[in-house]
Amino acid sequence: MQVPDLIPVVPEILMTILVLSLLVIDLFIKQKEYIAVYTVVGSLLVIISVFYCTGVTFKGMFVADSYSIFFKMIFLINVIFAAIISVEYLKKRASLYGEYYVLLVFATIGMMIMASAGNLIVLYLGLELMALSTYVLAGIIRTDGLSTEAAVKYFLLGAFSSAILLYGISLLYGITGSLDIREIGLYIAKEGIINNKLLLLGLVFFITSFGFKIAAAPFHMWTPDVYHGAPTSITAFMSVGPKAAAFAIFGRVFMIVFPALSGSWVNLLIPIAILTMAVGNIVALAQTNIKRMLAYSSIAHAGYALLGIIAASNEGLSAMMNYMLIYLFMNVGAFILVIMLNNQAKVGDSIHDYRGLSKSNPLAAFLMLIIMFSLTGIPPTAGFMGKLYLFMAVVNAGYGWLAVVAVIFSAISAFYYLRIVMFMFMNESIEEVKLSLVDVNGLLLIIVVFMVLFIGVNPQPFVELARLAIL
Amino acid sequence: MVSLDWYVVLSLIIFFIGMFGFLSRRNIIMMLISIELMLNAVNISFVAYSHYIGDMAGHIMVFLIIAVAASEAAIGLALVILMVRNKETIFVDGLKELKW
Repeated sequence: MQVPDLIPVVPEILMTILVLSLLVIDLFIKQKEYIAVYTVVGSLLVIISVFYCTGVTFKGMFVADSYSIFFKMIFLINVIFAAIISVEYLKKRASLYGEYYVLLVFATIGMMIMASAGNLIVLYLGLELMALSTYVLAGIIRTDGLSTEAAVKYFLLGAFSSAILLYGISLLYGITGSLDIREIGLYIAKEGIINNKLLLLGLVFFITSFGFKIAAAPFHMWTPDVYHGAPTSITAFMSVGPKAAAFAIFGRVFMIVFPALSGSWVNLLIPIAILTMAVGNIVALAQTNIKRMLAYSSIAHAGYALLGIIAASNEGLSAMMNYMLIYLFMNVGAFILVIMLNNQAKVGDSIHDYRGLSKSNPLAAFLMLIIMFSLTGIPPTAGFMGKLYLFMAVVNAGYGWLAVVAVIFSAISAFYYLRIVMFMFMNESIEEVKLSLVDVNGLLLIIVVFMVLFIGVNPQPFVELARLAIL
Repeated sequence: MVSLDWYVVLSLIIFFIGMFGFLSRRNIIMMLISIELMLNAVNISFVAYSHYIGDMAGHIMVFLIIAVAASEAAIGLALVILMVRNKETIFVDGLKELKW
């Protein structure tokens, strides 16, 4: 028997070793902070290994190309952020279990497998590993009714959407006789079956299920509830990780399996993208809870990123990847400040708790200001560069009007992002809050804001990285 | 010999029965059962296609789906227990703290 080439899967193997050793170490260590440190150090080592392990293995089932490496980088940075910001937050809620980190790392392994999937079986298994771990993470605060409610809602709709994805996979398998993504694409192109009704049904099932995972309207209903109810550290984790992973498989499946049908799916995705931007931006205007507002904003950002897939070109795909990286920094930055406020007694999630923050904590308010500018897309922040590349891609693909629509919705979004800024700088505080920027959360916030500004001023290396990473 | 069409139609019917059950039931246990029904409809179609094409990949997929469905059921039931503890109901109508 021939041993398959294991080099491309080394990052996943290292992560699995990390997670298994976490399970054992958890039994002996009472101070769970050390487990967080161990997770962070392990994930940093895996990031280094990701760049050296490329290739295709297991007969094309596992593809570690530069596309997947880019996404794995996003997932690993995301898990490091989540591991750090969770410590104090969960300790205050008496929920800092070792299993929490085990599940975080398991979810990340699932995402890494999804990004590398060359076969629909692998794709499904990675998706389920990610999803099942995230369901449990959403409900990790066992005594909190909101957390439980979020977990149950996420679980029911997530399981429903994976069943739909499975039926789509089975239809594709029945039509083409293969589960290999590349072979299916070749078969569809060769046989010229683009008008096959069952194939179109399978395409619709794929769009539905991926729409659930990236929280695109009209499949977004779970998002605000789950993001609101889940622990804030998990909200930060799952508003970036699972979304980026879903975009990774979205791009890979649609660009390799269905390029021949791009006429059909672009027409399906355009209304979805417009509706997603509309629902996300307009409903966010009415929110008074900041987690819920950021949930709607994350729906809106999924709509922007969908433009990269609608462009159906390598340029669009690399713009989408670049946007996911930028979104990672700005979104995690916003949630770090929410967590820092959550960690203070008496301060809740309401946007009114941000009143007068600039008086008591000028530096924290200034950092939040930069992040809000970036989420809006105001230069010189990274959010502007990300949107610029996305809109350029969609204009070059011949949908200039769609870019105009996106810019209009982006202008609407300025209202609710800048409202936070207004509360912070122009209102008197109801209650004095003292935030410390010299603990880990504060340092992380400074690093994230630095990255947001750095990418905004000097986007070239990151754009090049994404451009190299196209399929 | 039963032709492939019958299996495909059977699996579609079961899949949509499951989907209807998921959307119409209010009891979480029944919703979980409906999801299982949808997954098993997928299994029928995989086995039918696999036999018809003469390819083993479909059979492997079915085993993996069964395994994943089992873990999904385990997590689902654990969440139901959590819900009974925190909210003392197993109906989705009890999930109304989070809205808009």
